[in-house]
Amino acid sequence: MTATDLSLAKHDAVRLFERKRLIGFGIPTVILIYLTYIFFVFDLPGLAQRANIENAVTLASDSWSHKIHVTRDNRSGDVTYAVEGERKGRYPEGQRPAWVTGQDVITIDLGGEHIVRYLPESRTEIEIPGFPLIQVQAEGRNLVNNLPDDLPDWISASNRRIGITTPEGRITLTGARTEVFNYFPGWELFWFTLDSPYHGQGLGKILFGERLDPNQSNLTGALSDWWNNAMWRHKDVAWAIGETILMAFLGTMGAALIALPLAFLAAKRFSPILLLRAATRRLFDFVRGVDALIWTVVLARAFGPGPLTGALAILITDTGTFGKTFSEALENVDEKQIEGVASTGAKPLQRYRFGVIPQVVPVLLAQVLYFLESNTRSATIIGAITGGGIGLMLTQAIQTQKDWEEVAYYIVLIVVMVMFMDWVSGWLRGKLIGRKD
Amino acid sequence: MADISLGGAPQNVGSIQSHYMAQVQRSRLYGGLTLLVFIVLMVSGFNVADDRNAGGFWDGLHQIGDYPADVLSEAWEKRTDLPGLLAKYFPALVETINIAAVSTLIGAIGGLFLSLLGTRGLAKWPRLIPLFRRISDVMRAVPEIVIALVLIFVLGGGPVPAMIAIAIHTAGALGKMFSEVAENADLKPVEGLTSTGATWSQCMLLGVLPQVAPNYVSYTLLRFEINIRASAILGFVGAGGLGYELRNAMAWGPGRFDEAGAIFILLFGTIVFFDQVSSRYRNRLTEGQGQ
Repeated sequence: MTATDLSLAKHDAVRLFERKRLIGFGIPTVILIYLTYIFFVFDLPGLAQRANIENAVTLASDSWSHKIHVTRDNRSGDVTYAVEGERKGRYPEGQRPAWVTGQDVITIDLGGEHIVRYLPESRTEIEIPGFPLIQVQAEGRNLVNNLPDDLPDWISASNRRIGITTPEGRITLTGARTEVFNYFPGWELFWFTLDSPYHGQGLGKILFGERLDPNQSNLTGALSDWWNNAMWRHKDVAWAIGETILMAFLGTMGAALIALPLAFLAAKRFSPILLLRAATRRLFDFVRGVDALIWTVVLARAFGPGPLTGALAILITDTGTFGKTFSEALENVDEKQIEGVASTGAKPLQRYRFGVIPQVVPVLLAQVLYFLESNTRSATIIGAITGGGIGLMLTQAIQTQKDWEEVAYYIVLIVVMVMFMDWVSGWLRGKLIGRKD
Repeated sequence: MADISLGGAPQNVGSIQSHYMAQVQRSRLYGGLTLLVFIVLMVSGFNVADDRNAGGFWDGLHQIGDYPADVLSEAWEKRTDLPGLLAKYFPALVETINIAAVSTLIGAIGGLFLSLLGTRGLAKWPRLIPLFRRISDVMRAVPEIVIALVLIFVLGGGPVPAMIAIAIHTAGALGKMFSEVAENADLKPVEGLTSTGATWSQCMLLGVLPQVAPNYVSYTLLRFEINIRASAILGFVGAGGLGYELRNAMAWGPGRFDEAGAIFILLFGTIVFFDQVSSRYRNRLTEGQGQ
């Protein structure tokens, strides 16, 4: 090796290193610049002001706890007790929580020595440790109170409305009614609503105890009361999940069935006519490019909201995706196997059946099964738009902005559902292709 | 055939044939049964879906073209406005692409760490491998819309909730794909680096990343395609960008179909454009690897 060769090689090496160094520092710099740009475009500094911390706190506490409302109508003097303040969570006549006592004077013990008393004639007394006794009198639409002028930040008061937030519970007073919210951990009434005879009974008593309802056995009664629970709507939730999985299943399998013959038209080896091939490919590109969102919008106009619309939207979009990958798989088919089958005197259809299909089936099945899982997720999202399945229930629960425990429940169910479909598709892949991932 | 030779006794052609025929018949029976179950599932599933849909399949079939025709005809009547509308919605398009790009970037970085920490042989804390795998499973299983809707409630509408939601899902999805690639990485460079006293991050950066980078970039590009679609869809539920504008234009109904048409065109063009670019680039990446 001469000196010139050596210096040339050295020069090359130095240049290569310089380029690598440039890339090594350049790419992170570009990413950083881009993220800075995004930081300002998405207005992240302003986000802190827009963010509603109170919402976050309600969300976080409501998702794992529930509250029982004790409401007094100041006009009639009636007191009602209801879980989450909902009609279907109301305590039956003559029943009330154990922490409420008294007949004329109703005493509500919130715990931690926080006590609220509903006195006759729309008067209310609130005892909070370390604070003077609060007395409020409702007169028409106004409130007369003995609150001091400088209030701590956990009390908000005007002559129309008083709100008190304590660690033990919340109290709101208006001229029309007085309400106390007492918080408890857990999802109340998840199994049975208050009007069911099985509410508050242990599992052992339901299974082995004497009949609570003389007309039917405990197990049937308990199951049907749970299934028809008006608060948590287990029946509707089960149907919704079924609908979502159905959308994914129908969409994926339908797309695969339609895409397979079309893929033959798009594959160079099986489709000699250039025009036909190009047309099929453009069709695939088109349906893929229009995207599930637009298909959902268009189809919802024709078929109305529901699972079928979602299934068709998935079907149309995925026909394009499958068509593309299937035709690629078909182009990579090994010619020898087809020749071998042809040498036995097989007709064209038999050549496809025994020469081509066995080669591509594992690839296609793997693809289809992977999409089955990913479409379960898409079906949740499409359901939220077109109105079907668990996606719709989730959006509705979020839009009411108060049933956060239901939102949490649906989220858990969705995650479990997707993981289950993931497992099913993996299991099926193992069974059908004989290879576990 | 294996079980025939295991049978021990010498076999003549006739019994081999009958065995073979029995085997073929059995596999045909199973195949037929599977097919039957599949057909029953498809047909009954279709009927259930049709029942629970607001409009029936057969009634709606001939109406599929109506809505696109309405939109197209109105857009065609006002075709002179089209360039203006395209320009009007271009910022929304940029927002949609930005959401997809940032979330892909953040998701890819997250997925990178999840994959390296969750792969046997590479993990910094081998005992925590199952933990990181479960984390990536859960992140992957959560549909974007769930996180987006909850975050919209807390953070208000806009691109940030969509960005976070897509980034979380992307990190989980890429974490799984990345770790499949990382499993096949050659460990010798890592051993060599360890022997020189390199730290874990140096081993990963210099020993593993160069091996897996082409595949990682290819998967990330694929994710970017998917995320553009996802970001458009999330816009539809209130997270800003093109989807949000589409919903507004559609809620207005006839009279603003020209705007809906412009948004359709932008969305379609963008998706096709990025699909083409990314698939070309991905092909180059994987081909370069084969050489």
